[in-house]
Amino acid sequence: MQPNLPVVRSAPVSSGKASRQPARGKQIALALSVPLVLIAAWFVTTEAAPLFRPNQLPSPTQVLHTAAELAAGGDLTRHVSASIGRVLSGFIIGASLALLVAVAVGLSKTVERAFDPTLQAVRNVPSLAWVPFLLLWMGIGETPRITLIAIGAFFPVYVNLVSGIRNVDRKLVEVGYVFGLSRADLVRRIIVPAALPYLLTGLRVGLGQAWLFLVAAELIASVSGLGFMLIDGQNNARPDIMLVAILTLALLGKLSDSLLRAVERRALAWTDTFQGR
Amino acid sequence: MSAIAPVMVSAPASRLATASPPATASDIPQPILRLIGVSKTFNGLTGTLEALQPVHLDVRAGEFVCLLGPSGCGKSTLLNLVAGLEAPTTGQVIANGKPVTGPGPDRALIFQDGALFPWLDVRGNVEFGLRQAGLSKHERRRIAQRWIDAVHLSGFERSFTHELSGGMRQRVAIARALAIDPDILLMDEPFGALDAMTRDLMHRELEGLWQTTRKTVLFVTHNVREAVALGDRVLVLAPRPGRIIAEFVIDLPRPRSLEDHGLVDQARRITAVLRESSAEGHQTFGQASGAPAFLPADALANK
Repeated sequence: MQPNLPVVRSAPVSSGKASRQPARGKQIALALSVPLVLIAAWFVTTEAAPLFRPNQLPSPTQVLHTAAELAAGGDLTRHVSASIGRVLSGFIIGASLALLVAVAVGLSKTVERAFDPTLQAVRNVPSLAWVPFLLLWMGIGETPRITLIAIGAFFPVYVNLVSGIRNVDRKLVEVGYVFGLSRADLVRRIIVPAALPYLLTGLRVGLGQAWLFLVAAELIASVSGLGFMLIDGQNNARPDIMLVAILTLALLGKLSDSLLRAVERRALAWTDTFQGR
Repeated sequence: MSAIAPVMVSAPASRLATASPPATASDIPQPILRLIGVSKTFNGLTGTLEALQPVHLDVRAGEFVCLLGPSGCGKSTLLNLVAGLEAPTTGQVIANGKPVTGPGPDRALIFQDGALFPWLDVRGNVEFGLRQAGLSKHERRRIAQRWIDAVHLSGFERSFTHELSGGMRQRVAIARALAIDPDILLMDEPFGALDAMTRDLMHRELEGLWQTTRKTVLFVTHNVREAVALGDRVLVLAPRPGRIIAEFVIDLPRPRSLEDHGLVDQARRITAVLRESSAEGHQTFGQASGAPAFLPADALANK
């Protein structure tokens, strides 16, 4: 066009994300240091200088032994896969419903005024309070368990996405109007991408909540799952089994969160936000 | 060569905005944009704000019109009315012979901060409006690349917006707007946040783009020299209530330099008009310039 014009071609401003982070090995070492100290303390207080009786707090080696036994017998795999299946189905159902409801509420003040107060009230019902009613309505089986987990996953996704939609830059929406976007396209191409950081936070919290509600769900006349393992351990005075269940829950929760975090990092590569120092 | 033609049609200034269109308008066969008695009043919690008194304005195709005034003078409101993002309280906006009832791709709007989509790279942003036009992927890519090249951003197609400087972001915004081939380009203080050197560069590039595309441009600014450097016409607005108080035809040769004597003279004349109007405002309302823009309660009662 005007070839003699000086062209601004400065190098893209570095976001500095990579440079500020220590080496990967150092990060992992730092993350593992706290659990290792805890396990060492556990070992010392149960075996080296016993403060607890084994029927109060079994030692790490004993727990490891029980875990190996349960794994060899196939029990651990059965319980773990039952729990994972429930969490996944409940999470997918709850999160999908939350996505639809949050978009409807986020887009319309009228829908918000109609539905939000009720949802906020329902949100504050503790997980265990649902159990008797779900049993009454749905009987004993997988349905009430998955429903309970879906309830648990629903609200974090709902609350975060609604506030995400309400935080979308008004001008971006106006650009959408100028380009003649239909309502569906406006949601798909502007509102959901713009609210994506909030949505992903909601999904992470929702998945965490799904694991929390899982244990409550498996109190419902269960014969499988990590929640059942807990109850079973309690009934048979086997704190080692209880500890295996608790540690497995913690591990699975952490793993699933790491998975979603990886998705989040990839999906939000475009953000330019404070990463912590 | 310094053919300055300051057509001051502003006596008495306050009545101009409500008067019939200037005589020159009838010579123009078909204005691409017509504002017929367009006004805007906002009803706020604390009272009624007359953002814009009735405006009559004709813009011919290919014209570069600058709307100049201090904040609160209704220049951005005027732009939003033309964009169709707001409905006028009275009057009608006619673009391309059709009444404006909402936003449309014939009138592309460019915001001060660019309003780019941060989750899309430069190419994705420029292609955004093309997808809505139902073009094939290949065609979208081709058109987008043409405009990316035109705003001198070749090589940055895959950059995210937060990796770009302010000037580069505005180039993307301009490319995104031009890609959908609008008739009218509405620019709301597009270079207001840029440093002086970048702004100067952007002026020259915008002028180049305007010369080749012959788009009609409505350009909002509070910078007098910017208005004189770019506009065929400069409409001066005053606040409280928002209204057009003067119109200047800028007849200086292009491309214009900010140091040019003619430009500096013209800018001085416009600044004087602006200063006079703000002094008047002080007398009328007996308020400092930072006073609330809402009218007193008796103005509400008259409605």
